[in-house]
Amino acid sequence: MSVLESKIPSGPLADKWTKHKNEINLVNPANKRNIDVIVVGTGLAGASASATLAELGYNVKTFCFQDSPRRAHSIAAQGGINAAKNYQGDGDSDYRLFYDTVKGGDYRSREANVYRLAEVSSNIIDQCVAQGVPFAREYGGLLDNRSFGGVLVSRTFYAKGQTGQQLLLGAYSAMNRQINRGKIQSHTRHEMMDLVLVDGKARGIIARNLVTGEIERHSAHAVVVASGGYGNVFFLSTNAMGSNVTAAWRAHRKGAFFANPCFTQIHPTCIPVSGDLQAKLTLMSESLRNDGRIWVPAKKEDAEAIRAGKLKPTDLKEEDRDYYLERRYPAFGNLVPRDVASRAAKERCDAGFGVNKTGQAVYLDFASAIERYGKEKAFSSGQKDASHDEIIKMGKEVVEAKYGNLFDMYEKITDQNPYETPMMIFPAVHYTMGGLWVDYNLMTTIPGCYATGEANFSDHGANRLGASALMQGLADGYFVLHYTIGDYLADDIRTGPISTDSKEFEEAEKAVKSQIEKLMNANGDQPVDHFHRKLGLIMWNKCGMSRNEKELKEAIKEIEELREDFYKNVRVTGKANSKNQELEKAMRVADFLELGELFAKDALHRNESCGGHFREEYQTEEGEALRDDENFRYVAAWEYKGEPKDAVLHKEQLEYENIELKTRSYK
Amino acid sequence: MKLNLKVWRQENKDAKGKFENYIVDDIHGDMSFLEMMDVLNNQLVQEGIEPVEFDHDCREGICGMCSMQINGEPHGPDRRITTCQLHMRKFKDGDTITIEPFRANAFPVVKDLAVDRSAFDRIQHAGGYISVNTSGNTQDANSIPIEKENADMAFNAATCIGCGACVAACKNASAMLFTSAKVSQYALLPQGKVEATERVLNMVAQMDKEGFGNCTNTGACEIECPKGISLENIARLNREYLAASLKG
Repeated sequence: MSVLESKIPSGPLADKWTKHKNEINLVNPANKRNIDVIVVGTGLAGASASATLAELGYNVKTFCFQDSPRRAHSIAAQGGINAAKNYQGDGDSDYRLFYDTVKGGDYRSREANVYRLAEVSSNIIDQCVAQGVPFAREYGGLLDNRSFGGVLVSRTFYAKGQTGQQLLLGAYSAMNRQINRGKIQSHTRHEMMDLVLVDGKARGIIARNLVTGEIERHSAHAVVVASGGYGNVFFLSTNAMGSNVTAAWRAHRKGAFFANPCFTQIHPTCIPVSGDLQAKLTLMSESLRNDGRIWVPAKKEDAEAIRAGKLKPTDLKEEDRDYYLERRYPAFGNLVPRDVASRAAKERCDAGFGVNKTGQAVYLDFASAIERYGKEKAFSSGQKDASHDEIIKMGKEVVEAKYGNLFDMYEKITDQNPYETPMMIFPAVHYTMGGLWVDYNLMTTIPGCYATGEANFSDHGANRLGASALMQGLADGYFVLHYTIGDYLADDIRTGPISTDSKEFEEAEKAVKSQIEKLMNANGDQPVDHFHRKLGLIMWNKCGMSRNEKELKEAIKEIEELREDFYKNVRVTGKANSKNQELEKAMRVADFLELGELFAKDALHRNESCGGHFREEYQTEEGEALRDDENFRYVAAWEYKGEPKDAVLHKEQLEYENIELKTRSYK
Repeated sequence: MKLNLKVWRQENKDAKGKFENYIVDDIHGDMSFLEMMDVLNNQLVQEGIEPVEFDHDCREGICGMCSMQINGEPHGPDRRITTCQLHMRKFKDGDTITIEPFRANAFPVVKDLAVDRSAFDRIQHAGGYISVNTSGNTQDANSIPIEKENADMAFNAATCIGCGACVAACKNASAMLFTSAKVSQYALLPQGKVEATERVLNMVAQMDKEGFGNCTNTGACEIECPKGISLENIARLNREYLAASLKG
């Protein structure tokens, strides 16, 4: 077992990043013109990185599978982005954001990375406003904030329920400026199929042109993997349909260690599954927990009557409702972190208190918020003796102004009006904290191969706090990567263009072509979705919100068998040299079938519960996660050795010098 | 429910396309339109027929990737939604549904129902940005207060998802609503004023170069826009364009 070198700079926590920036090598502007960088993925992490690198003078090539960089899945993030601006004067600071993030991540993230994230967070907001990102404002013209789970301050900046969209369009606009200058070559409808190493360094990629099917070679002096997370290993998730692990997994197969694959975030407020043929789950923003109250019936017979359609939630009196989060966690109430809220929902539903037909849903209720806001509005507009109906009407208007688009979305999907009856919600897979292992410089274990945003593992530990993914993606891309990658590229100023005619490129291209051939020639009769759905069910049932040794062992075996079945019985229609969505899916599912097994193996080895990883064997008497800091205070980074079962574990011990390791409590 | 689908099939941008008829059964009202398409495609794969290519990704109405002209309307019969948010409860058992790609010269068909909307990207390259370096060395975000009303209008314009329904809905295949939304977002914010003149001139020139038609104010774009982008943006673009032309 080797020791991973995290390259954390020495010195006091708050000075590390400044010191590091002062000490690393720089590339002079004239030399940057001779250096090429490939960025895979154009979400917040990829778009911001490519814009910044191009602006500094590097020649950047971007790749995305969508038809435009603007469509990457960061666009779907709803609620907001955190920054330690302390505009509200409620006691926020870089340290507090750092503290909340490490605690929220259940002490499984790297201190120095998280502190740097908190440190640059304020800058992100300045940058985005300068780009013309239309954040929500107050009547005085200044920026507005709201609260998210797991914290006691209001530090979340937002643009209605479309914050991710506005931030991504900002980063996309920065890319457009560089495309117009000729500094970024944007390759859309392209998928990275392999990473090419020359003399042990990442020197390019093999990509498939998704329109013509052509296999292309692209070289560069460094490759940045910003391809997002792997939540779609569960088939049903809030990720976009095309979100996949392929770029990261191919880098893993070429030597990049994969860290903490079992750390997955199950988001508590999603619209419950409605049918067997469903392809995608929809998130309801965490911001709704600012005002919505989560409950189930207190009595089992009421829950049964509701499930049978004999009783309506609005018929239940206050005393017959169990606001279980407020009951169990009085200090944080409905704003506990996501992992805690999700498990609490599962606990109630497993105990028989679920409220939809399948018993897999709880209520998110706005009735008290509507009344409270209505009263405030009546008071402030001088209508001291407004009737109850008038108050409710005014309250609904306030709630509509805050969450209107989310309420509309809910109604379109479920055909129910959430202003009149409580929403039904249930946890769903949303984000993956695990990812490619990177050092402090965001470099993977392959020299010259970097990973940013959700594709890496570094900042969120075992559970991510709300509104922190957008923060990390942009921090990595705008403010961190261009410093650290410069330090590496300083050695490449005399290298000259990397040829794509080398044997390394040839071999990588051959391997990709032969995998395509193998899939096209598989003589089966089942569509790719059939296998993906099966994999998703194994993952959800055995590697989902709670896990145990027996089921994880079963999962490993079942996934291995499914992988074999897939190559024998899949049917990929169409041609390899044309647009072919079945082939695209088949390549992605092939990688999910390997990752899924490593995921289960990682979950099995981690004999503790922490954050989103809940092992039934390790819990307190009250059912809370029981960490084992003595034995598992490390990052598990897996080295590829052929089959997932042969993967070798490497440990990065986590040191906490600036924060006391405590049992996480939100009570 | 059982449905008859008339689906446009076209091998690539140069090939000649035609409608094919397919039948799908056991479709439930709670399914989304694209889940119905998934059912069709898995059925086709099992029959050994190449499935229908269509663009889609987030399936929650925000990425702008899905398109499709459904019974003659971009994103189908419902309002303020994209195709992925259209639910089958809007249809009845036995219905025939005609499914075509978005039709416009500037949006060539890639395959079947997928079209090439890169012309939109090129309009943005021509000026859809504020020239500020991403170094982070800018002033504090709260140093320029912005009137809430203007900030909200800029936000409303910025919610455009670039799906192209406005072009598909327009008899002239004009891209004015799309272009005006971006021009408006920046025109309404102090940060955007510095480059306003060049921006509007360059973006409109690129729009014309791409082969989009002229705007004749029929308003079909606003009706079909899944995000409800308002025609006021087109009026604002015209004002900005006039002012810029006089200056330039």
